[in-house]
Amino acid sequence: MELLSHLAIGVDAAFTWTNLLYCFAGVTLGTLIGVLPGLGPVATIAMLLPVTYGLPPTAALIMLSGIYYGAQYGGSTAAILVNMPGESSSVVTCLDGHAMAKQGRAGSALGIAAIGSFFAGTVATLVVAVAATPLAAFALKFGPAEYFALMVLGLVAAVVLAQGDILKAVAMTLAGLLLGLVGVDVNSGEERFTFGLPQLADGISFVVISMGIFGIGEIIANLERDERRDVAAVRVGRILPSREDYRRSWKPVLRGSALGSLLGVLPGGGAMLGSFASYMVEKRLAKDPSRFGKGAIEGVAGPESANNAGAQTSFIPLLVMGLPANAVMALMIGAMMIHGIVPGPQVMSERPELFWGVIVSMWVGNAMLLLLNLPLIGVWVKLLAVPYRVLYPAILLFCCIGVYSVNNQMFDVLLTVAFGLLGYLFIKLRCEPAPLLLGFVLGPMLEENLRRAMLLSRGDPTVFLTRPLSLALLLLALALIVVMALPRLRATREVAFAEG
Amino acid sequence: MKIRILNRRDSFTGLFFILLGLAGSHTASGYPLGSAMRMGAGYFPLLLGAVLAVLGAIVLIRSVRVTDDEPAQDDGFALRPAVLVGAGVIVFALVVQQLGLVLATVALTLVSGHAHREVRFGELLGLSAVLSVFGVAVFAYGLGVPLPVGPA
Repeated sequence: MELLSHLAIGVDAAFTWTNLLYCFAGVTLGTLIGVLPGLGPVATIAMLLPVTYGLPPTAALIMLSGIYYGAQYGGSTAAILVNMPGESSSVVTCLDGHAMAKQGRAGSALGIAAIGSFFAGTVATLVVAVAATPLAAFALKFGPAEYFALMVLGLVAAVVLAQGDILKAVAMTLAGLLLGLVGVDVNSGEERFTFGLPQLADGISFVVISMGIFGIGEIIANLERDERRDVAAVRVGRILPSREDYRRSWKPVLRGSALGSLLGVLPGGGAMLGSFASYMVEKRLAKDPSRFGKGAIEGVAGPESANNAGAQTSFIPLLVMGLPANAVMALMIGAMMIHGIVPGPQVMSERPELFWGVIVSMWVGNAMLLLLNLPLIGVWVKLLAVPYRVLYPAILLFCCIGVYSVNNQMFDVLLTVAFGLLGYLFIKLRCEPAPLLLGFVLGPMLEENLRRAMLLSRGDPTVFLTRPLSLALLLLALALIVVMALPRLRATREVAFAEG
Repeated sequence: MKIRILNRRDSFTGLFFILLGLAGSHTASGYPLGSAMRMGAGYFPLLLGAVLAVLGAIVLIRSVRVTDDEPAQDDGFALRPAVLVGAGVIVFALVVQQLGLVLATVALTLVSGHAHREVRFGELLGLSAVLSVFGVAVFAYGLGVPLPVGPA
C-alpha cells in the first residue's frame, strides 16, 4: 500500500535521535508556553525561527510544529486548574474543566483532556497522511487563476471565522496585504513603501510583525489587566479518570476528533474553531444540558480532543498547497522559506522525508505529550505560580534578541516596538490581529498570482470566472460572505463566540 | 433626537483605516501603474488602499447614528505599560552594540520591569542578573548571535 510506504519514509525520518530530540524539545516548550498565560504559540514560534537557521529543515519543522500542538495540551492545564485559558483554543475548557477542579476532580479533567488529545492527535495524523496525496495531486493542476481564487477564499474564510466585527476583520486583512507589499517589487524592481529606508528594501520581516503584535502588544495588554491567579486552592486529586468518566467521555472524544479534524482543514480554522463547535454539539446532544458549566466531563473531553485534532489538520493546506490556514501556519511558511523550501504541492514529491517525517513526528510528539502531561502534571502546576512580573521581562529579552538575529539589524528591533504599540492599539480597538498577519504573508503571493493570471488572459478579468475551478472557489467565497451577512446566522455566530 | 457618536472606538478605527488606505493608495499612485494585463508596481496597492479607505468610511459611518441612546463607554489606554515596555526595548536596541549584552539586558529589565503595577526593585535586580547570565550563555555562546557581551 502506498500509504504504508509513505509512512515508512516518515518513520525513518522521524525516529532519528536528532529529530526525536527536537520533537521532544518542541512539545516540552509547547506545553510550557501553553501553560503560561500571556505567551502564545505565534510569539514563541516567531522567537524561535531565527534559532532554527542552523538546524536541518526537517528537525526545524518538527520542533516548530511540536510547539503548536504541544501548546494545546498545556493550554488545557491552565484552563482547568486556574480558570485561565493559556491558549484561545482552551477557552471553553475553562467552563467545565475548572468547575470539575473546584469539585476536587481536577485530576480526572486533566487526565481525560490528555487522553482525549492523544486519541484525537492519532486520528488527525492519519487524516493528514491519507488526505495529503490526493489533495497534492489535485493542487498540482492549479494555475495562477486558481491559486488567486483559493487565496481569496482563504482570506474570506479567515475573516468570517475571526472573532468580532467582520468589517474590521476585512479591513485588517487589507491592511496586512498592504504591509506585505513593502519592499522591492520583484517584477519591476521598483521600491514600494520603503520611504527611502534601505532596511525596508527586502520588506518587513514577518518575525518583526508577529513579535511586535503578538509579543510586545500582548504584553502591554496583559500588564493593563489585573491578573490574579490562585493556584494554591486547587487540589489535583487522582489523575486517571474513573470508569464512569470514560463511559461519559468516549463518544465526545470521537465526535470531537472528527469535528476538529474537519474544521482544522478550513482556511482560517485551526484549533480554536473545533473546540467551540465541539462544546456546542456536546451540550446539544446531552440528555441533561444543565450539567454543562457545572463540571460535565463531556465539556472537557470533546473540546480538548477537537482542538488537538484541529491543530494538526490545519497543517494540510500548508503542506499540500503552501497556503497557511492561520497565523501559526503563516509562520511555518516562513520557516520553510528560510530553509529554501518553497511550500506547495511539490514538497511531497521533492522532499518526501521532510513531508512524511513531519507527519509521523506529530504522532510521536503526541505520545511524548501524554507522558509529559500525566505523570509530570505537578511540575506544570508549579510553573503556574511564576508571577507575570517576572515572566514578561524575560519574554521581552527573547523578543529583542530573536528579532535582532534575523538580519543582525537593530532597526528591526525598533520597528518591532512600533508594531508592538500598533498591536496594543488593535487590541484596544477590538481589531483581531490574526487576519492582518495572514494578509501580510499572502500579500506578495496574491499579487503575483493576480498579475500572472491577468497576463495569461491578456488583461481579461473574466479569466477567474471562466475557469471552472477558480469559479467554484470564488463562488464558495461569495457564499461564505452572503451566509455571514444573513442576520439570523450572524446572531448565531455572535452567540457562538459569546459562549466562550 | 441628536446625531451622536455611539461608539468612539469604532469611529477612531474607521478614521485609522481611512488614513491608512488613503496614504497607501496615494503613495502607490506615484509608482508605475501599468495596465490590467501588465500590472505595474502601483496597480495592486492602489486598489487595496482605495478599498481599505472605503471600508474605513463604512466603519466610521456605522459608529454615528441619529439616536437618543447614550454613547458606549470607552476604556482608556494604559500609558504606563505601553511607554515603559516600549522604552525598555528601545533602550536595549540603542545600547547593546556599545555596552554589550549584559548591560543592555539589565537596562531592559529595569526599565520595562517598572511597567507592572507591583515593582519590587530587589527582585528586578535579581531577575536582570539571571537573564543576563542566561542570555549570554544561550544566545551569545550557545547560538552564536553576533552581539558583544561586555562594553566595547
